[in-house]
Amino acid sequence: MKVSLASLKKGQSGIIISVVTDNIPLKLLEMGCLPGNEVELLQRAPFSCPMYLNINGSHLAIRKEVAEQIEVELM
Amino acid sequence: MAKQINVSLIGNPNTGKTSVFNLLTGLNQQVGNYPGITVERKAGVCKLSRGLKAHIVDLPGTYSLNASSLDENVVIEVLLNKKDKDYPDVAVVVSDVENIKRNLLIFTQIKDLDIPTILVINMADQMLRKGITIDIPELEKRLNTKIVLMSARKKQGVEELKKSIEDYRKLPVAPCLNAFEIDPEYFGGLQRAFPKESLYKLWLVITQDVNFANINRNTIADASQFQTKKNSELKRLQQKETIKRYQFINQTLKATQTIDIKNAKGVRAALDRVLIHKVWGFVVFLAILLFIFQAIYDWSSYPMDLIDGAFAWMSDFFREILPEGMLTNLLVEGILPGIGGIVIFIPQIAFLFLFISILEESGYMSRVVFIMDRLMRRFGLSGKSIVPLISGTACAIPAVMATRNIENWKQRLITILVVPFTTCSARLPVYLIIISLVIPTHRVGWFFGYQSLTLMFLYFIGFGAALVSAWLLNKFLKIESKSFFVVEMPNYKIPLFKNVAINVFEKTKAFIAGAGKIILAISIILWVLGSFGPTEKFSKAKEYVTTQYQENSAEDLETQIASYKLEHSYMGYMGKAIEPVVRPLGYDWKIGIAIISSFAAREVFVSTLATIYSVGSEEEETIKNRMASEINPVTKKPLFNLATGISLLLFYAFAMQCASTIAIVKKETNGWMWPSIQFIFMSGLAYIAALAAYQFLK
Repeated sequence: MKVSLASLKKGQSGIIISVVTDNIPLKLLEMGCLPGNEVELLQRAPFSCPMYLNINGSHLAIRKEVAEQIEVELM
Repeated sequence: MAKQINVSLIGNPNTGKTSVFNLLTGLNQQVGNYPGITVERKAGVCKLSRGLKAHIVDLPGTYSLNASSLDENVVIEVLLNKKDKDYPDVAVVVSDVENIKRNLLIFTQIKDLDIPTILVINMADQMLRKGITIDIPELEKRLNTKIVLMSARKKQGVEELKKSIEDYRKLPVAPCLNAFEIDPEYFGGLQRAFPKESLYKLWLVITQDVNFANINRNTIADASQFQTKKNSELKRLQQKETIKRYQFINQTLKATQTIDIKNAKGVRAALDRVLIHKVWGFVVFLAILLFIFQAIYDWSSYPMDLIDGAFAWMSDFFREILPEGMLTNLLVEGILPGIGGIVIFIPQIAFLFLFISILEESGYMSRVVFIMDRLMRRFGLSGKSIVPLISGTACAIPAVMATRNIENWKQRLITILVVPFTTCSARLPVYLIIISLVIPTHRVGWFFGYQSLTLMFLYFIGFGAALVSAWLLNKFLKIESKSFFVVEMPNYKIPLFKNVAINVFEKTKAFIAGAGKIILAISIILWVLGSFGPTEKFSKAKEYVTTQYQENSAEDLETQIASYKLEHSYMGYMGKAIEPVVRPLGYDWKIGIAIISSFAAREVFVSTLATIYSVGSEEEETIKNRMASEINPVTKKPLFNLATGISLLLFYAFAMQCASTIAIVKKETNGWMWPSIQFIFMSGLAYIAALAAYQFLK
């Protein structure tokens, strides 16, 4: 099932399918946020944003607006 | 002279790059700035065998050579410019064992610049525990490099790294990715236009110009004129490059590395469950702050008392053994009290830097950024503003520089403008001495005293003022700016003692040296102004006073003469001129002088008062005792009472009294507009708050 990364629940993971590259920082790609890589939502901050992710082995936090630019296939 | 090998240490943030640097260089290091910009430059020397030496530069942490900040740009500048004095003979890329994949990105980029490159895999001792196995010989073959397994924590692998640096000429130089593959058409055209240049270098120069226009570079002639693509297309090519590189890296690691996922979690997950919990996360953060303030106040009072006493003793001692005269007076009344006024705060400043350093080293700071982001955004700030706001409690200057990794310009500007409200270590001297004079020593319960609670309250006032002004600025500033918030959440680490110790030592040293110069200069100026006067009333003070107060005892007479002299010195007249302005705040002209001189740097306040009070006085007392014995000429009660004290505390909490901060804000905001607004706003607020407090409490 294809969903936006922003809609993931805690503990869910998926494979990145597409990334709207114009609207996200290059740094995120450099940290491994690329199509084909696995992503897991580890935790959400209080009030549900930002999101704490494990993308391709990198642990990082991004905000909801950026996560909305990333589409994943749920695992 | 023996040949020196230039080494650049490069790597992602949080890989233990600095630990490797400290291990190689020990205390043989210098910390300064890159010329013209305020990016910290760390360099050191490491002795190799046969009299060889390595000159090692610890470059700022970066994820790639596509720079998006001033700090990252330094890395590219060094690597692209063969004439740069730091241009490496050999690059050492430091990766931690958990994030090899990500670190290989910058590794392959550097390789493609034809620079001999060694790959250090740090924290290798944890491989087994994390369930990671790597086929090192195979990885070396595929990456065409030498790999050194290290554990900076356990001091393993240093000798092997030194040996590899020595033998850098044997390293194979072969690119990992043919830049041509990124976009054959574009790169073909580029190569035809500049047949002699390295294709990848050209590409970096072009993309760098997109991000950092107008940077002077003399290595490659005007490649920037080769602008056949729009910026958005160049950005797309950069993305394509990243994807290509990751394809190569994924393939390489698939063949050489296995990770047993089950072992990979553990400590991180367990600690995260508490530290970023929606309730416990904030509780822990608050508790840590409380603990730090209590420590700064209570623990450092012992060494401080010793230092205070020692300086009073020194002044006495020198007065005894030196012949009477101008120079002796300058020393015991000007220079010594001035220096004492700064040395006394070394314990506290060191404590503060110690705690901040531990918070950053342990990986906890990123968790605070994470839980605070949402809250901070309400005030127009970013979660990342927390780092400047906390390090602002040490000093506003590094704090303003720390705003650089806030990507959104509006949030960054607001952070810069409000950061000087946080209680920096220069305010501490003022707070401490006034608190100890006007706040009773009672305790609430067994742990917190009134005095340390007051101090904590002042810290909260500082943060509060910062947040409220941020909120106001956010309402009124009309700046549109896109925000890309990406924060790495590093693994938790027990801070390395050596890293923390070096950090505390360097920072404290820099603070003392910087502030010391100003304080020494001001002490001397003040002593001169206080020791000479324009009229006869100064030079013939003795006659004036003796005729006026004939019935007084000899001892009283001495004191009368001293204060009469001070009143009619240059300083006295200057102080009297500003007295009408500070009188409504409850200050006399001496405090007025101290406040004026504090506009150079706040910490001058105490040493100024120390100098003023000791001019002409024969007895060398501690600063605190001198202040306590000051009498208000109008009320005949102690000058430093609750009303004056609170008024002073509030004035120092809000006023923008730091020439260096103004200078750095001007630099970071490119002009005088923002620092001027900041200065007027903060100092105006300070005056009003102090006025209200005094009038209400007196």
